[in-house]
Amino acid sequence: MKLFPIMGGIHPEHRKDLTSEKAIVAMPMPATLFLPLQQHIGEPAAPTVEAGYLVKKGELLARSDGAISAPIHAPTSGRIRAIAEITAPHPSGLPMPTIILESDGKDEWTDLPPPIDDPFAAPPQSIRDRVAECGIVGMGGATFPSAVKLGLGTQRKLEVLLLNGAECEPYLTCDDRLMREYADEVIDGARIMAHALGAPRVIVAIETNKPQAIEAMAKAAAATDNVTIAKVPARYPMGGERQLTQAVTGLETPARKLTADMGVVVHNVATARAVHDAVRLGRPLISRIVTVSGGAVPNPGNIEVPLGVKVSELLAFCGGADGAARFVSGGPMMGQPLPSLDVPVVKGSSGILALTRAETRESEPQPCIRCGSCIAACPCGLVPMQMAAFIRAEKMAEAVRIGVQDCVSCGSCTYVCPSHIPLVQYFRYAKGRLATQDRERRKNEQTKALVEARNARLERLAMARRDAAARARAPQPETAQEAGRIAP
Amino acid sequence: MLLDVGSLAVMGVTLGAVLGTAAKLLAVPHNPLEEEILEMLPGSQCGQCGFVGCAQYAAALAKGAAPVTLCPPGGKGTIEALAHKLGVTPDMGQHKETVPQVAFIDEDLCIGCLRCIGECCSDAIVGAPKQLHTVIADACHACTKCVKVCPTEAISMHALPPSITAWHWQKPGDPMRH
Repeated sequence: MKLFPIMGGIHPEHRKDLTSEKAIVAMPMPATLFLPLQQHIGEPAAPTVEAGYLVKKGELLARSDGAISAPIHAPTSGRIRAIAEITAPHPSGLPMPTIILESDGKDEWTDLPPPIDDPFAAPPQSIRDRVAECGIVGMGGATFPSAVKLGLGTQRKLEVLLLNGAECEPYLTCDDRLMREYADEVIDGARIMAHALGAPRVIVAIETNKPQAIEAMAKAAAATDNVTIAKVPARYPMGGERQLTQAVTGLETPARKLTADMGVVVHNVATARAVHDAVRLGRPLISRIVTVSGGAVPNPGNIEVPLGVKVSELLAFCGGADGAARFVSGGPMMGQPLPSLDVPVVKGSSGILALTRAETRESEPQPCIRCGSCIAACPCGLVPMQMAAFIRAEKMAEAVRIGVQDCVSCGSCTYVCPSHIPLVQYFRYAKGRLATQDRERRKNEQTKALVEARNARLERLAMARRDAAARARAPQPETAQEAGRIAP
Repeated sequence: MLLDVGSLAVMGVTLGAVLGTAAKLLAVPHNPLEEEILEMLPGSQCGQCGFVGCAQYAAALAKGAAPVTLCPPGGKGTIEALAHKLGVTPDMGQHKETVPQVAFIDEDLCIGCLRCIGECCSDAIVGAPKQLHTVIADACHACTKCVKVCPTEAISMHALPPSITAWHWQKPGDPMRH
């Protein structure tokens, strides 16, 4: 298959051999699970249970609340202890409303929705409804509700479903193992998704550093007529949506457009497996495969974890993490630091890394020497050093003008910087600042609309009062006649 | 020919003089900048800037007679927009960046007198005579007018708890000494 070059990128040490040869093992069900109401992008889910409810495995706990939202289901059977504020798996360390479920140890399934027997004959909307009902979100880490993304084909003509098995982040091997062990399910899920999207072709993109996964997927795809495997070069951030689209189709997605505008929709391989489970088995998303790795973990591996397991329990299952200097959720390049180990595993947790001091490579930043390494490494064609200089001086408008909003926060610039300048941290800060400004502006507009509505109402009331007073002063003749008719 | 040109010239000069005088005599003092600035202010007439209302503050701003940092409900965003519009550098020292606040009514103290409801310009307080009043937090823009009129001191301003949606990464320390 013909491939196309992508801009920039880096070759970090991949360190995948820590876990790549470890088969997926299921984690035993812990006594208590913690399910935050927001495990996806969009509106938080609205609970449908209360403290004291008894639930079965797979039962709905919180329904989707809004156009962009996703429901949450019980990963095991048991009793709801409470819905309380618990520290969220978020770098802020702030709490979030969380459903606390005590397992009864029976792990009994509820009555699941019936399987869709022939999904390729079913209307695409019924597939999307099932995916929405099962709470499936993008499992590569972005956690965007998948049903919404599967509806992109309703307004556009789509050519390709690009299945993302690149897994370019160092350490992570959960997608690699998934493709090796569940190739048939992934391919089937992908074909169902392509049907829901209305895309005639499926291309599975896998980096060349995963030969066994390529082999397994090619074997599974051989039985189908519309699935091809693309072996993309191992280069970070190949797994980025725009980068992968460019590498496979040669199409560059313009700023502020979607890859869907180019006829390509990208979904993760783990999402495809979840879609398979939802459509063929009626199972909601209640567990995921997590890579637990890093130098501080004695027994790293790929674990099939029920959602809501505390990270501390998951690490204990892998032999603890003594001597870790930093805990990261996700990959080391784009993952987020964990505020505490008392946070749960959620739908978007692709990895839990316990890194030693030697692995974190912390060093004092030095002045910029304007070497331009960051420009060469940027996969989006931006000028990181200039953007960082503007942001340092709080010149946000200038930073926006040269494209800070188009930065995907991949961290390649920070990785290559010989002066160890935390470039991507500047861009994260700038994007947060800009979002705050935007929120403040919206709030101001809302206040203004409220004030104007109130003034208009007061004006109306005053007018009505004036009219009433005028009428009271001069009794109108027709009113008198009417009064006469009613009361003779 | 000479007559035509002469008469037109005389008419032109006379009418021009009339119009010119009228423009001077009947001029409405008006600054378009004021309106644009008024657009940018929250418009809640809370008076925390020290002026009677937003229009008066806008007039003072347009004349350059007031700093851009006086509007607490507008927050940092408004200050930056005003500074950009007026081409000035805001003196952030004058602006006390307060955490976002919201009015809160102590239910034990509220007597249902309706005064705060009459004062609230964004309809953020609901209630009826002799009934408990309450604040709709989303609509409150922390102008503190209700606090001042409450006869039982039942209203206080509370800081909004930090939320995950509003959180963002801090600016890294400043290592880049050029």
